[in-house]
Amino acid sequence: MKKKVLAVFMAAAMVLGIAACGGNSAEPAGGKGGDLIKVGIINNDPNESGYRTANDKSMKEMFTKENGYEASFAYSLKNDEQINAAQKFITDGVDYLLLSAADTAGWDGVLKDAKDAGIKVILFDRTIDADPSLYEASIVSDMAAEGQQAVDWLLAQGLSEYNVIHIQGAMGSAAQIGRTGALDAAKNDGKVNIVTQQTATWNAENAQQIVQSVIDAKTPFNVIYAENDDMAKGAVAALDAAGISHGVGKDVVVMGFDCNKWALEELLKKNWNYDGQCNPFQASYIDDIIKKLEKGESISEKTIIMQEKGFDANTITQEDVDKYGI
Amino acid sequence: MQKNTTKKSGIGSVLGGLVRNQIFIPIAALLLLVLFNLIVDPTFFNISVDVNSDGYRILSGPIVTVLNFGSELAILAIGMTLVTAASGGQDISVGATIAIAGSVMLRVLCGTNSRPDTLQAPIIVAFLVGCLAAMLAGAFNGVLVAYFKIQPMVATLILFTAGRSIAAWVNNNELPVISDPKFAYFGGFLPGIPIPTPIFIALGCMIIIALVLRFTTLGLYTQAVGINESSSRLNGLNPAFIKFLTFVILGVCVAVVGLIKVSRISSINYSVVAKDIEMDAILAVALGGNALSGGKFNMWASILGAYVIQFLTTTLYKCNVRSDALPAYKAVVVIILVVISTPAVRTWFSKVGKSLKSKLQTKEVA
Repeated sequence: MKKKVLAVFMAAAMVLGIAACGGNSAEPAGGKGGDLIKVGIINNDPNESGYRTANDKSMKEMFTKENGYEASFAYSLKNDEQINAAQKFITDGVDYLLLSAADTAGWDGVLKDAKDAGIKVILFDRTIDADPSLYEASIVSDMAAEGQQAVDWLLAQGLSEYNVIHIQGAMGSAAQIGRTGALDAAKNDGKVNIVTQQTATWNAENAQQIVQSVIDAKTPFNVIYAENDDMAKGAVAALDAAGISHGVGKDVVVMGFDCNKWALEELLKKNWNYDGQCNPFQASYIDDIIKKLEKGESISEKTIIMQEKGFDANTITQEDVDKYGI
Repeated sequence: MQKNTTKKSGIGSVLGGLVRNQIFIPIAALLLLVLFNLIVDPTFFNISVDVNSDGYRILSGPIVTVLNFGSELAILAIGMTLVTAASGGQDISVGATIAIAGSVMLRVLCGTNSRPDTLQAPIIVAFLVGCLAAMLAGAFNGVLVAYFKIQPMVATLILFTAGRSIAAWVNNNELPVISDPKFAYFGGFLPGIPIPTPIFIALGCMIIIALVLRFTTLGLYTQAVGINESSSRLNGLNPAFIKFLTFVILGVCVAVVGLIKVSRISSINYSVVAKDIEMDAILAVALGGNALSGGKFNMWASILGAYVIQFLTTTLYKCNVRSDALPAYKAVVVIILVVISTPAVRTWFSKVGKSLKSKLQTKEVA
């Protein structure tokens, strides 16, 4: 008896769970306007990070009925679930499939189906290992360029020496590889000295502990190069506790990435020195491409690398914070 | 068990008793780490007085760091030990419920604005609401385990999977940032007090649990339920309720940890806050020599185990070991623990112990 009750309970929980997910994953926006462009958008889970939240928000703001779109959304961090969603969109007969793939592999089959069905595919944020003929365009960030921009900025500061605490993101992620690469190159050229190089897996508390251990060891340092804002915040918490001054004209230069709004506000207050952008606003680029394709124009560049800024605490303005903060 | 028989012989019995005592494992591990640090770099034990950015004197040094960052784990170990003892299983959702509790606290403090200039509610109210949320999560787990008789690890898998999404949902996916310096006291320093606040909070939790274990029957009942559920029922206990209660108590521990965690950085990141902390909490219980299958427990051994884990982490950071290699070192500890607790090794140990004892006895006789 108990087992039966349990089974019923679990089944109910699952149904509820599915219903809850269903509410999220496919919400047809707008009515059945005949001239609306139907887009199916497959994204990663917006809870993943502030970046993803901003990315999803900009997508939702762009692909509305007012702008002439009928959009359906599907979210997953798992490749197979994303592929299922893509198949569903193909069956639904969308005009465009917008895709930020969880994984680079495994997309050939479903993209061929899309092509056969006359559906145009546009990749955003992440590239995939598939034949370029299967998609119209790919709008991505160049993480290595972001890192290079940051390192160039650092080297232009004219410090007498660069003793860097390098706090890395989750090892193997595109952002980590790109942002680490530039700093490693500078180290190999003898331009900077890396005091410690540790991964805090995007985690503020881990970053705090890593910096704390360097402070405890009394190793001198004057730069914190954190590969995202959260980790920079954790590092700054450790500096504050130890009474080490940081920011413009202070003892330690603090560098972060991603341009969270609160991080840019720290820049504005001159508590941090630099923040590199990782542009989540692909929606307007996608809109341009769709408009061009609808007019029958061709896309000259298949891979579009977005413009990304690096903000300096000395030059940042309130408008920048409002415009670029995520 | 063997205490009565070994009382006669002097040093041998003291040593033997110590080795047999549960708390020997974490103490030995701690001594090993202390010895390692003494050899590699004795400055590990230096404590210096610094001035923090608010102008107050504070203590700093690796040992302070261990006590500071070990607080969360020590508090979790209290609840996890009780859950383990009563239910014979572990709660793997604590990391996710920390995210929920922290998120709820920030939500109450921020109101509808994710970056308020002033707090929208007193911190104590936020903490109590967060506490309620964590206790609810604990109660949910408790009901599944105690009344529906689901394996604890399976039951808590639900919140383990869903918890972080719930935490994000509580704040509409926004990342609240608290600018009020008062909120940072709980994870940092109280003005004028040189010791990090988390150490006091952990100490407070330990005193409370010590009083509870001393003056209530909680400890006895959880052990009774863990050792033999049906016989404890025959003796008039309500095993289901006691299991349920341990999960709710763990919920309270989770809320306290959640407060420290979000206070440390005055913000939260749902996907990474307290990541993998459940594994460390379980490891602390195991390191304390407690049987993960439930029954008898030693609270102090678990708490010491938690600090040993943090000691290991801080030592490895200090030695510049790559932090992504940390889990590998912890895995080594787990392997050693598992091997030590197998019957084959146990009997070998007791054999060696006996032969040592008999040698000592013959010496005494001579």
